[in-house]
Amino acid sequence: MSDITSSGYVRQDLLTERPAPVKTTGFIGLVRTRLFNSPTNILLTIVGALLLWFTIVPSVRFLMVDAVWTGKDRTACLTENAGFTVGACWPYIQAKLPQLIYGFYPEAERWRVNLSLILAAVLLLPLLIPRLPAKGLNASLFFFAFPVVAFFLLHGGGITGFGLSWTAGLLQLFDDSIIGAGQALLSLAKTSAIAPLFWVAGNLIVLVGTAIYWLIFPLTWLRDQLQGTGQSVWADFAITAAIVSLIAFVLGGGVRTGGRALTSSIATFIAIAIVIKLMGLDRGGLPVVATNLWGGLLVTLVVSVTGIVTSLPIGIALALGRRSTIPLIRIFSIAFIEFWRGVPLITVLFFATYMLPLFLPGNFTVDGLVRALIGIALFTGAYQAENVRGGLAAIPRGQGEAAAALGLSWWKTTSLIVLPQGLRHVIPNLVNSFISLFKDTSLVSIVALFDLLGSLRASFSDPKWSTPSTAFTGFAFAGIIYFIFCFGMSRYSLFVEHRLNAHRRN
Amino acid sequence: MSTEARKPPAQIALKIRRVLGGKAGWNGVAVQFAFAAILGWIGYEIVSNARANLENQHIAAGFGFLRNNAGFDVNQTLISYTGSDTFLRVFVVGLLNTLVVSVVGIFFATVIGFIVALCRLSPNWLLSRVGEIYVEIIRNLPLLFQILFWYLAVLAALPNPRQSISLLGFAFISNRGLVIPRPIGEGGFEPFLAMLALGIVAAIALRIYARRALFQRGQMIRIWPYVLGLVFGLPLASILVFGLPFTFEMPQLKGFNFAGGSRIIPEFVALTLALSTYTAAFIAEIVRAGILSVHSGQMEAGSSLGLSRGTTLRLIVVPQAMRVIVPPLTNQYLNLTKNSSLAVAIGYPDLVSVFAGTSLSQTGQAIEIIAMTMGVYLMISLLTSAVMSVYGWRVSRSLGA
Repeated sequence: MSDITSSGYVRQDLLTERPAPVKTTGFIGLVRTRLFNSPTNILLTIVGALLLWFTIVPSVRFLMVDAVWTGKDRTACLTENAGFTVGACWPYIQAKLPQLIYGFYPEAERWRVNLSLILAAVLLLPLLIPRLPAKGLNASLFFFAFPVVAFFLLHGGGITGFGLSWTAGLLQLFDDSIIGAGQALLSLAKTSAIAPLFWVAGNLIVLVGTAIYWLIFPLTWLRDQLQGTGQSVWADFAITAAIVSLIAFVLGGGVRTGGRALTSSIATFIAIAIVIKLMGLDRGGLPVVATNLWGGLLVTLVVSVTGIVTSLPIGIALALGRRSTIPLIRIFSIAFIEFWRGVPLITVLFFATYMLPLFLPGNFTVDGLVRALIGIALFTGAYQAENVRGGLAAIPRGQGEAAAALGLSWWKTTSLIVLPQGLRHVIPNLVNSFISLFKDTSLVSIVALFDLLGSLRASFSDPKWSTPSTAFTGFAFAGIIYFIFCFGMSRYSLFVEHRLNAHRRN
Repeated sequence: MSTEARKPPAQIALKIRRVLGGKAGWNGVAVQFAFAAILGWIGYEIVSNARANLENQHIAAGFGFLRNNAGFDVNQTLISYTGSDTFLRVFVVGLLNTLVVSVVGIFFATVIGFIVALCRLSPNWLLSRVGEIYVEIIRNLPLLFQILFWYLAVLAALPNPRQSISLLGFAFISNRGLVIPRPIGEGGFEPFLAMLALGIVAAIALRIYARRALFQRGQMIRIWPYVLGLVFGLPLASILVFGLPFTFEMPQLKGFNFAGGSRIIPEFVALTLALSTYTAAFIAEIVRAGILSVHSGQMEAGSSLGLSRGTTLRLIVVPQAMRVIVPPLTNQYLNLTKNSSLAVAIGYPDLVSVFAGTSLSQTGQAIEIIAMTMGVYLMISLLTSAVMSVYGWRVSRSLGA
């Protein structure tokens, strides 16, 4: 013991305390290690601080300090009246707010817009929170029921028939077109050099058309009978409900297992009946508000929600088509996707506005908003197809092969095994597409629709509010709205991505 | 006697079935027939409706209208154009304007994008936050919003030409656009251009020679003095011999506007600003992701070989990052070109604005004009994707080797 303490290499006295290590955490540490640790870094910090100083300070001054908050017209926002250099002119936004949100939607009917927005929020929020149950029901309500309800709420109007009449009408239109084509061929046969060929083809097509006519005759007859009765909507509804429920029952497995399909079908129809009754659709519904009166944020949201809801099925169909081994379908899908992805959206909107009406029968007019919606749906659908294809490609082949080994058909393999997994993979990409769709909706203002940006631009020309800061105020307001929506969506997509990759973290 | 391996049966029927109907076989063939019938029916409906509608509106189908006089003016033309020129010339003028704004936009977007990416990657905390704020704000606002913001708010708020802001005394910014000195060719112009071209070609040849010398013989050749001499010295010599290549015509304020100099219209300025700042945010993210994708071990390996930090970056990190960066970067360039069509919102005379806008409303030839406009953009994007697939093929080949 004693020889250890006495030996020369063991220290006899305590060491003096060393100074505490330089703090590398917290605010001080951050300043020390990442802001002022070298001359270059000090210079960069100064540059960054200057940049922030010259952007943030003027913005805050403009938006808050120098802003005018109350007033009746432009005089309140003029420098000579306010006594200081005026920043944002907020009374202008207050005065224009209804126009920026509703456009020219009649004031007495604006509750319908509010109700639709509330419905959308109520249906969408639980869909976005992963912990809440009943995602399937929720999603089908949002993606199928809500668009229909919102259409009748926002646009108004009622229905004169139901599934049966619609199906019969559609089939009749189709059949008329086929017979028309056959007759056009027959009339061509009188002048053409290869007349016999045309004659045979024309007769064949007319024959097919006539066969279809007799095939759908029971449907059209039933429809004509229903139109005669006073309660055509309800009678039609009852028959449609009965037929669809029966089909669901039989396809669901008959007596053995069809009960579940039957109850869900009946429940759906009861819900539809309640909606029809509540909104009085059978008696003409709410007063019609033509879409040229819609505007502002309403149009922005309608276009983006419709785009989101319609582009996904189009995208899935095109993605499956592109992966298909059937040559014609694959070639068509590739050509379709590459075409829409290769052209700018604005030309697509021009196409939808000027060219689409030429392609439809002369007596068939399409609303301006619907035309833009068709263009946007096709355009976004092509982009979503590439996203979905990425997800499908990420599913190992073994999944599909295992499903085939279990004896599942192609449809069942795709809809039960491949698609659910593939779509989960690409939720972040899909949300990113939705963000760009939301931003792209501003383009409809170029084809004479007044979305948020279009209404804003229109409000600039109001002489009552023309001041030097009007334009900046308007852009600040619209910019904040766009930023909140887009930033919210991008944060949500990050959250989902994080959640989906939870198993990869360590 | 050896037993030959039996050849597999030819299975011709199977192969035909596979070619015609894919994995689904004859079912696939049936589906294709149904699909073709539906497509044919839709096509027939479109053609017959279009024909009937055009007849009702008394519009003659066909491209004959391209030879008619346009009768309207365009406020920015690269080639000579007057109102009495044909619609075909309008098409070319619009196409050139689109290409000009795209090229200028791509240049500035790349520069700003790389600067912002460097900011975001910088070890300096404040600067990386500034980069992040820039990217987040720009990416979350619609491009059209930004174009209109620059055009209707910022440029409209500039003073009129009499009070214009002077940049070093030779360029002037006002609400009528940007006025810059105009170069006017002098006697020494052609020799100057020829010498410049010669210098650049010679410099490229020299570089190729030096690379070959390095790779085959391991011989380092310092070429930068020669390159400098070729690129700058030759044109300088030509100036000394033949005189100045061009002089500048200075803009002068006369009355309420500038005389002389060339004027860049405010629409062009707004569009270029919006397109380049918007695309720069995306380019910054791409560049950042590309550089981060190179494993940090590569940098460490480089320094353990004794390379300096700059050399490691130039020889090891950047070439690997470029492989990741180039395809999405090209995609962004393509997007910028397509987004330049938003010019129609502020009246910059690009292809969509003068051709699909003004010409369409004057002639009513919707089908032909929109098909031509879409065709141009489609051609550009198909060309780009063809070039990119060649690039991807080369990269994967060089990686495989």
